Amino acid sequence: MGEDSVVIRFENFSYSYPDTPNVLVDINLKVEKGEALGIIGPNGAGKSTLCKAMNGLVPHFYGGYINGRVIVAGMDTLEHTVAELSTKVGLVFQEPENQLSGLALTVEEEVGFGLAMLGYPREEIKDRVREALEKVGLSGLEERSPFELSGGQQQRLAIATVLAMKPEIIVLDEPVSLLDPIGKREVFEAVKELKKTGSTLVIAEHEIEELAYIADRVIALNEGRIVMEGEVDQVLADVEGLRKITVEAPSVAQLTHILRERAGLEVNHYPIRLEEAVKLYEEVLRK
Amino acid sequence: MSGEPLIRVEDVWFSYDNEVTALRGVSLTITKGERIALIGQNGGGKTTLAKHLNGLLKPTKGRVLVKGMDTRTTPTHELVRYVGYVFQNPAHQIFTSRVYDEVAYGPKNLGLSEEEVDKRVRRALEMVGLQDYVEWHPYDLNFGQMKLLTIASILSMDPEIYVLDEPTSGQDHRWRNLVAELIMKLNQQGKTIIVITHDMKFVARTSERTILLANGKILADGPTREVLNNIELLREAAIKPPQITQLCHELNNRLGTSFQSMLEEEAAEEFIKHGINV
Repeated sequence: MGEDSVVIRFENFSYSYPDTPNVLVDINLKVEKGEALGIIGPNGAGKSTLCKAMNGLVPHFYGGYINGRVIVAGMDTLEHTVAELSTKVGLVFQEPENQLSGLALTVEEEVGFGLAMLGYPREEIKDRVREALEKVGLSGLEERSPFELSGGQQQRLAIATVLAMKPEIIVLDEPVSLLDPIGKREVFEAVKELKKTGSTLVIAEHEIEELAYIADRVIALNEGRIVMEGEVDQVLADVEGLRKITVEAPSVAQLTHILRERAGLEVNHYPIRLEEAVKLYEEVLRK
Repeated sequence: MSGEPLIRVEDVWFSYDNEVTALRGVSLTITKGERIALIGQNGGGKTTLAKHLNGLLKPTKGRVLVKGMDTRTTPTHELVRYVGYVFQNPAHQIFTSRVYDEVAYGPKNLGLSEEEVDKRVRRALEMVGLQDYVEWHPYDLNFGQMKLLTIASILSMDPEIYVLDEPTSGQDHRWRNLVAELIMKLNQQGKTIIVITHDMKFVARTSERTILLANGKILADGPTREVLNNIELLREAAIKPPQITQLCHELNNRLGTSFQSMLEEEAAEEFIKHGINV
């Protein structure tokens, strides 16, 4: 892909919060249009900060010190406001409660809130709200209060509020970590739908077995630095490399690693998804 | 099960108000030294049940006996000697302005001598690795450390029974391992552990017994391996078993095998025993 297709570009980017130095160190990263990038790493590695640097919250909201630069959809984040950037990059937080305005009485109002603030015409808002709710599977709940929704529904509502802005890039910061299994499934399904429609996605996630189905490419952060980078099948299969930064590879990859070490199982590539493992072990265990 | 029964939950019903019934006839016995996981979707009754175990909530109908004491008639400050409850959100638990005071509060209230309180505080902070933060303000700790602090403030009470409400939610793999190790360590000291969690791999690693709650009722209560291998039931409850359990299930369907593993290590052993074509 050519340079024109790069929608996020970090150039020698380093960042310190006012009270915490070197949260991100020397980040060089490109995200292509239509790509889904996974960000993994232990807590405190800088995943959230990296997400927030993509929509300008870092540094505009948090202050601190920057080296290098971040170009998002052609805009240098230092030279543009968070409001300007919000039409290009939508950020979904870990806690849906942090996303919702708290002012809207209904789901429909909540999704249209940002557009109304920006002065969009009524009809346009209506169309966009309908479309956004459809994409996350919340059609039919327009008249509900956001606070009557389940955790999974609230998080999908948060995603819809972002989609209504029609951003070029959607950044999700551990969107399921506080949800129950049904909520997780609902949100992951919504994210997979977005992927199918060709959205550019960035997702920070601990649920590595789910990430295997979403990400095309993965970076691993540790102590503010990118320490692994590559295709999802390569990074998530690197059992030892991940272990060094206290991240566990998908169980099926770990199992295969143990069998290779202990029983000399020969495989070209560790499976990272259940279906691949079933296929592999059906052969390996056949009598 | 060898030990003495510590808690009896007898046909407990509970309503937060007249409309929602959160528990509908729950009965179970918890025995000394058990490691139990409470699983199920939010709203299924896990936390409501857990809060009955130390008298934070009292049954609308039925009764809960903690070491023979009826929670409806026993003061809560009496019950917390025996059952320690670690909340999911540390902000709901932390209320002092110094790490030391936070951990000292419980044992002080037990009427222990200053010397004994001090000993317990230091031991508890050491167990969770916060010994260097004695003078800190709890809110200056990071989220993981705050969670450790809430655990330490229960450790210093030295209860027989620990209830941990979603200790791993929002946390990374390193944290999951840390909490798992702490559970095993406490259990080796004879403590009884009840953990509420959505993390099935964590369940497989830490708990020998699993109770599945849905709509205020117990759907399953048995050895973790049995419950997590009951794929049909888990599907009804919309819970994904550990990936290794799913793999074994798929292989059993295709190869007619009867693999029952939940974790990588045991699956490797089971597969090697079966014989693998390298």
